Amino acid sequence: MTSTEQHAAPPTTSPAGNPIGFGRMLRKEDARFLRGQGHYLDDLTMPGMLHAAILRSPVAHAKIMSIDTRQAEEHPKVKAVIIGATLESLNLAWMPTLSADVQAVLATDKVRFQGQEVAMVIAEDEYSARDALELIDVEYDVLPPVVDAHKALDPDAPVIRDDVEGRTDNHIFDWESGDKARTDEVFDKADVVVSQSMLYPRSHPAPMETCGTIASMDKVTGRLTVWSTNQAPHAHRTVYALVAGIPEHNIQIISPDIGGGFGNKVGIYPGYVLAVVGSIVTGKPVKWVEDRSENLMSTSFARDYHMKGEIAATRDGKILGLRVDVLADHGAFNGTAQPTKFPAGFFHIFTGSYDLEAAHCKVTGVYTNKAPGGVAYACSFRITEAVYLVERMVDVLADELGVDPADLRMKNLLRPEQFPYTTKTGWEYDSGDYPRALQKALDMAGYDELRREQREKRERGELMGIGVSFFTEGVGAGPRKHMDILGLGMADGCELRVHPTGKAQLRLSVQTQGQGHETTFAQIVSQELGIPPEDIDVIHGDTNNTPFGLGTYGSRSTPVSGAAAAVVAQRIRDKARVITAAALECSPDDLEWEQGRWYVKGDREKGKTIQDVAMLSHGTLELPEGVEGHLDASVVYDPPNLTYPFGAYICVVDVDPGTGEVTVRRFIAVDDCGPRINPMIVEGQVHGGLADGVGMALMQVIPFDEDGNCVGNSFMDYLLPTSMECPSWETGETITPSPHHPLGLKGIGESATVGSPAAVVNAVIDALEPFGVRHADMPLTPANVWMAMQGRPMRTDLAVQ
Amino acid sequence: MQVKMTVNGTEVSGEVEPRLLLVHFVRDHLGLTGTHWGCDTSQCGTCVLWLDGEPVKSCTVLTAMADGHEVRTVEGLEVDGKLDPVQEGFMQEHGLQCGFCTPGMMMTARWLLDNDPDPDEDTIREAISGQLCRCTGYENIVRAVRWAAEHGGEKESEREPQESSQEVQA
Repeated sequence: MTSTEQHAAPPTTSPAGNPIGFGRMLRKEDARFLRGQGHYLDDLTMPGMLHAAILRSPVAHAKIMSIDTRQAEEHPKVKAVIIGATLESLNLAWMPTLSADVQAVLATDKVRFQGQEVAMVIAEDEYSARDALELIDVEYDVLPPVVDAHKALDPDAPVIRDDVEGRTDNHIFDWESGDKARTDEVFDKADVVVSQSMLYPRSHPAPMETCGTIASMDKVTGRLTVWSTNQAPHAHRTVYALVAGIPEHNIQIISPDIGGGFGNKVGIYPGYVLAVVGSIVTGKPVKWVEDRSENLMSTSFARDYHMKGEIAATRDGKILGLRVDVLADHGAFNGTAQPTKFPAGFFHIFTGSYDLEAAHCKVTGVYTNKAPGGVAYACSFRITEAVYLVERMVDVLADELGVDPADLRMKNLLRPEQFPYTTKTGWEYDSGDYPRALQKALDMAGYDELRREQREKRERGELMGIGVSFFTEGVGAGPRKHMDILGLGMADGCELRVHPTGKAQLRLSVQTQGQGHETTFAQIVSQELGIPPEDIDVIHGDTNNTPFGLGTYGSRSTPVSGAAAAVVAQRIRDKARVITAAALECSPDDLEWEQGRWYVKGDREKGKTIQDVAMLSHGTLELPEGVEGHLDASVVYDPPNLTYPFGAYICVVDVDPGTGEVTVRRFIAVDDCGPRINPMIVEGQVHGGLADGVGMALMQVIPFDEDGNCVGNSFMDYLLPTSMECPSWETGETITPSPHHPLGLKGIGESATVGSPAAVVNAVIDALEPFGVRHADMPLTPANVWMAMQGRPMRTDLAVQ
Repeated sequence: MQVKMTVNGTEVSGEVEPRLLLVHFVRDHLGLTGTHWGCDTSQCGTCVLWLDGEPVKSCTVLTAMADGHEVRTVEGLEVDGKLDPVQEGFMQEHGLQCGFCTPGMMMTARWLLDNDPDPDEDTIREAISGQLCRCTGYENIVRAVRWAAEHGGEKESEREPQESSQEVQA
């Protein structure tokens, strides 16, 4: 079911039946995917290519006493074996992380998490490479691991990062935001203060395609070509240049079709660097593709935030303040991918969608013997954690006050006239009409009727729950003056070339992983120039053929590169005006634009289409002073602010009182991301994120046992939602344009992942009201729900119960 | 060892290790890379193809077991330049995003429609429940299969020749 808003004008249609500009359009990229003709990393083969496999640590924390590779090297199909000592001689044993820490490419002194890279074998084929891993003999001296983040700062905790001279504990950082004194004041005078501890457990994006790379170093030319599963090819190029000392102009990074990213493919993993080293050592292209266990055990996990929230309010339900204390488990290396200034990502947007008097948060990051990461999985730099925190706290407060959670939200939501609104932690929300979105969701759900049904069911002993969440997202990082990754400012380039016959090529710095950029970016240019979208080719994923930019994550493609594409098209339109004026021998001021052409004011017949102008600009027409030939333009777009999509979600669940099994019966999602380029694609993005929310709330967790063994290292243990756990999604929209984006667009990729987990959890806790349950941590598995009903909810991050 | 089988109607043969998985034979020996690989434990279903007319997870089948049998992959769905209604449906209903699970999903969908030309939503959900998709939340996959059911979901052998429906010109 879908509920849409009326759009201003119906789109006109191209010769191929596509809308000119925005509107529902079937995807260009489907033609190859439907035929099995996509080119994912593992589908690629290079002449003479060798295959690599990685030996990983079986234990969480141990000294490496010795590594014996002789037998592996004698395997007839093995070409090379690389260990940490090999890398040390090249000064490549450690690489910088995205958070000013270092990470071992191959362990030299110690292993620090189960699954850490210890050696790489390069062989003629993949089966032989894996056979040879069995022939490597590593002697470990096992050390006690730090598994429980709450014990990481104990005085007697083993020091994980003794590679850093002088380090005596596992503390990474303390970070604060908001006004502590003012917040304490507000709390002191409040009628009601409620506190609640909660865990956003370790999760994993787990795209269907795992991570991999092919590296090819041409020793004659000195050129390195890297094909890899990555969401940010240009940033990767710079990092390879800095890490390996290869001149940047000699490096080409190619991202082929990507089988899902969700933040898993932002960073550079040791396997990527090792493949480069392997190609240098063997003189051949080297392919490395991780298996699923390697993906789940070693690449960027998500979340792992232990949060203590406190909320202050008046007795009649006016929320006054919010205080949060977070213990952030960053694993063995601090490798979170986020703008440099913000060690806790954008978590300090935790005041959410409400008008508060004061707020304060403190985040402490710690090392544990677990895989590094933290910022991944459609989290908008930890806005997932922030939204979950505030939306759980509002429900906890509603429970304390004995009021309806939807009413409490409606009473406290920011009002439309308060925008632009500066939050108590310094974010400037660009635009919003929150009450309208919430009301729409309540109407779609039939909220009052659901509450009536719930009352009846409770009388019969049946457990039904209704959960509400309201979220404010913040997407489209930069601006560059505030935001960078490894010193690279978050601004993105874009180039548009209109060929003589009026067909165009658009070159992007961002990289699609399934979002349909080849379609939607053509639609953006079509919207601005009137060129049919089928006549616009979108080129991306190759650093030699696209302008520099920071890539796709944090839902930044539409707010940043989408703006760049609009601006570059507008520049072409302005140039076309001057050329049209020259051709018609009139002043540019005499011309007026309509879709696809400039015409003379008052004489509609007299004009030039953009296709006419394309030919004129490449032809012999005498151009005015200062106007160059051809119809090309480029731009670097530096966003003035984030854009702030928002939405209201309602989840309806039934809980089996005997087993604790949760069934998501309905899910209503009203999203506002400004105008929609392609409503079909936007809805698809929302559907996927809602499934993420159901998965995280009910199924997904990467737990560890007391020895630091990763217990969620396969799809047998790390449970992802299937078609059976997902309901038929009910989506709706409101449209509130961003005032600072050239087309008013806001971005949608992560909204549903950010907003939905709280709705599901709120629904389950609501269902458990007869048992007096106020909170239980995700994932709300049958066992966990059943334990909560007994008054003993589980600690879900530790596999010890 | 020597194996011989029919793949998408063509006889193929090869010299393989006895332990070689069918998914690797199809991808690496035959170059049919539309069949994907996504997990180590037969959970994800990106490797689903047909063995003697039944969908199987080809990461759990040895190439040797397919010796003398008939294999059909996603590359065999399109016939004479005409997309299967399932392929059409996935495009029309936006049943794919990254496209990685899509070949396996479509092979299961084709099998379902051959055996149940008019499946309801629950039946479709159950049919694809052994396969994972991380992008679509399954909603549009269900709609895609329904589209195919409504636009020529009957057994292929019984299908009337029909005009190819419109496709996006990319």
